[in-house]
Amino acid sequence: MPEGIREVLGPLGHGLVLTLAMTGLAFAGALVLGVLLAVCRISPVPPLRVLGTGYVTVFRNVPLLVLLVLFVFGLPDVGLLFSLFATVTLTMALYWAAFVCEVLRAGIRTVPFGQAEAARALGLTAGQSIRHIILPQALRSMVQPLAGVFIGLALSTSLAAAVGVAEMTGQAQFTTLKYDQPLTGFAATTVVYVLITLTSGLVAGRIEKRVAIHR
Amino acid sequence: MNEETRLLFDEPGPRARRRIRIATGLSLLVIAGLLGLMIRQFAVHGQLSADQWSMYGQWPIIRFLLDGIGKTLLVTVVAAAIAFPLAAPVALVRLSRARVPRALARGYVELFRAVPLLLLLYVFLFALPRAGVTFPVFWQLVLPIVLSNVPVVAEIFRAGVLAEPRGQTEAAYSLGMTYWQAMRLVVVPQAVRKLLPALVSQLVRLLKDSSLGYVVSYVELLHQTQVLGEYYHTVLSSYLIGATCYVLINAGLSRVATALDRRRPS
Repeated sequence: MPEGIREVLGPLGHGLVLTLAMTGLAFAGALVLGVLLAVCRISPVPPLRVLGTGYVTVFRNVPLLVLLVLFVFGLPDVGLLFSLFATVTLTMALYWAAFVCEVLRAGIRTVPFGQAEAARALGLTAGQSIRHIILPQALRSMVQPLAGVFIGLALSTSLAAAVGVAEMTGQAQFTTLKYDQPLTGFAATTVVYVLITLTSGLVAGRIEKRVAIHR
Repeated sequence: MNEETRLLFDEPGPRARRRIRIATGLSLLVIAGLLGLMIRQFAVHGQLSADQWSMYGQWPIIRFLLDGIGKTLLVTVVAAAIAFPLAAPVALVRLSRARVPRALARGYVELFRAVPLLLLLYVFLFALPRAGVTFPVFWQLVLPIVLSNVPVVAEIFRAGVLAEPRGQTEAAYSLGMTYWQAMRLVVVPQAVRKLLPALVSQLVRLLKDSSLGYVVSYVELLHQTQVLGEYYHTVLSSYLIGATCYVLINAGLSRVATALDRRRPS
């Protein structure tokens, strides 16, 4: 292997680890918060609904980069200073939670109304019909959209480079400036992103097929 | 009560209504507590003092921000004006029967959907100049946005064309039209009308993408708020103002998309 390529791939490997860690942690956080938000938006309690709707409106309409600079450079001004990695990961989780919430709501809406009526007619309580009738059907239709959110999140971790996290895109830029090899770094990084996207798409397809109901 | 809530819960009876009232009171208390904590945190660190906020009432500052908003909208409109018309042929080639062009279009779509916008931006910013190709700052921002959005819009178009009833294409063929005539005269005009809400939503994404002007130092809204914050030492308040502007503009666009969606005959 020529010396130049090894020099480039080393830092890119470090970047990849950071990218994957950020993606995993942020997605987990977004799932948890997204479920909470969806519960708020669906619940019959007015203040919680307003809170959920407001949160989703704000976080879906603000660019992620604006949130990142706001949290990374703005929060220290009110005495909230965390490590850069933690701040960035938390910001991504907050941002993508709004999208997870909307995916969950759309998933529940795919269940035909007759299903709920039938459950009630059989005498199931609200809790029973949610657990046995609605959620099992709704969860299945959420697989692909959630994979879409995951892919979007994985790609958006690149924005962390713009606020100084040396993840994969950041490393590609450093190696370009350092070793005067404009193509190697960017090409390798592109390949990794394509691999992440394709794998998540494939896995989602598999899961969807596995859990599908055959009628 | 929206659709999901009616799906999940019965009409509340007297007991449920009492529980909802109690939950309403409790959640109001918790939300008020959180708001209070936030305001206290701001106040303790002097972020509520007048010198942090009074400048946003002055005309030169407002004009500076409006200028940024104008540039943001300019980037969005120019990128949309290039990307949307380009996306239609890409989608149609992907649907056509010619094998090689179809494979090429598919490769382009799959590749550029998987590349983060920032990476493309860095290619235009750092890699291409080394190869002797340098664009003006405006195009260094707009071209990557176009490149990364064409595949997404193309997929929207493709889904729309596939959703058109087959009878439309078949009727066009039976009138003696070729594939391209059928698409141009019959299918696409109908599909575009139904896709209008999705295309307006895509404008929101384009507008968000334009905030990457921060990276290439193009004077759009985010870059202007950064300059303002660093010059007056009001980092937090100016980023908050900037974020508010983005939310207002994009929420307006989203509302247009929803209104168009409602008007659509289903």
